[in-house]
Amino acid sequence: MANIKRSPWLLHYDGSSCNGCDIEVLACLTPVYDAERFGIMNTGDPMQADILLITGGINAQNQPTVRQLYEQMPRPKVVVAVGVCACTGGVFKDCYNILGGADTTIPVDIYVPGCAARPQAIIDGIIQAVDLFQKRLDEHHEKKKQKKSGNEVKANG
Amino acid sequence: MSTTKIILVICYILFAPLIGGLLDGFDRKISAKMQRRVGPPLLQPFYDVIKLFSKQVIFVSRYQIFFLLSYTVLIILTGVMFFAGTDILMCFFVMSTGATFLYFAGMVTSTPYSTMGANRELLQMMAYEPAVLLTCVGFYLAEGTFNVGQIASSNVSAILYLPGFFIAFIFILTIKMRKSPFDLSTSHHMHQELVKGLTTEMGARNLAIFQVTEWYENVFLLGVVGLYIINCNPYSLIAAVLVVFATYFLEILIDNTSARVKWDTMLKVSWGVTLFTAGINLIILMII
Ligand code: SF4
Repeated sequence: MANIKRSPWLLHYDGSSCNGCDIEVLACLTPVYDAERFGIMNTGDPMQADILLITGGINAQNQPTVRQLYEQMPRPKVVVAVGVCACTGGVFKDCYNILGGADTTIPVDIYVPGCAARPQAIIDGIIQAVDLFQKRLDEHHEKKKQKKSGNEVKANG
Repeated sequence: MSTTKIILVICYILFAPLIGGLLDGFDRKISAKMQRRVGPPLLQPFYDVIKLFSKQVIFVSRYQIFFLLSYTVLIILTGVMFFAGTDILMCFFVMSTGATFLYFAGMVTSTPYSTMGANRELLQMMAYEPAVLLTCVGFYLAEGTFNVGQIASSNVSAILYLPGFFIAFIFILTIKMRKSPFDLSTSHHMHQELVKGLTTEMGARNLAIFQVTEWYENVFLLGVVGLYIINCNPYSLIAAVLVVFATYFLEILIDNTSARVKWDTMLKVSWGVTLFTAGINLIILMII
């Protein structure tokens, strides 16, 4: 089975954040933290992304965008919510326009807490996401195999 | 066709992606070192391609894969013809046809970024095409033949007659390899105004095919660089390999030290350099 763990490409979407977390996400790619060591690349293209990194909460305006970005990503895909805003809505939770965290709109797999989330925590979250990414592909292959063998049993029976 | 040629062609088909991928890996590693980072592992480009092949295939247009595969086949054909020692003029014609298919592969999606990238790809072709044609002319004037096999087995290296042409070719190599000042159509580093340009709508398998084709093309282009150096002396092969590596390093250096220019600057500069260096060289060759 293909080892896809070594090449996670990120799509970073900035929701209704204060931009604190976004700076930290970008800090991960600077020479100090150098996330590219793990093959992590920051792509702006959902068609090519594996992990959706979402910062900031969901509001009425960005909800369709977030949903569309998620749907445009090919399987297997993983969603990481970075910062308390993306996890729950954070300090903006009670604002009139905020619907809540990213999980109000799309299924979130990994929550990285912090306000702002530290680069170490973000990289840690991505590494966990990568494991899940691999697991999803393996499960997909497993299912395909089972389906195939199920069909054969049917044909024989 | 002699056996050596057949072996060369088979080696090209089998090993060009490996060499191209490794060069790409070196590129990323050296770039990282230049930026004082650790950088990804050397085999990272291969990990990327393997991953891309195992992802779900989503496409905007069904015909994109047809155009992409045509592009791949034509680029491989270019390399095969080159390493089989046939006409260099034909090689470049086939390469340009392949590039046109790439343009269609971007155009067929009719999405804004992809279309814009495709249009810029055409502009890039316009920028490098004169230098490519002049390269062929130069080889003919220097060696009296378009035949790659005969050029490679001549008594003196072509670069001695064609230093100006060589500079022009190295210059447009930056455009062809989609390196930084001239990465107009695909935007080498992401998160820029163009997203991923021509390749924006290529996901999963399609992007992997594009990537592997690029590797084939790079090996062919570096082969042309080597052709300037190589002569009938077997030791010239070592010199050719060294020059190819030096050229590749130079491209990485340019990539890391420059920002993207606008298309009109690219056109002016590349035509200027081509006409100046190759032009003067051409006049001198014709007079002598
Ligand atoms: S979690 Fe804190 S730093 Fe991050 S976007 Fe929200 S308010 Fe800003």
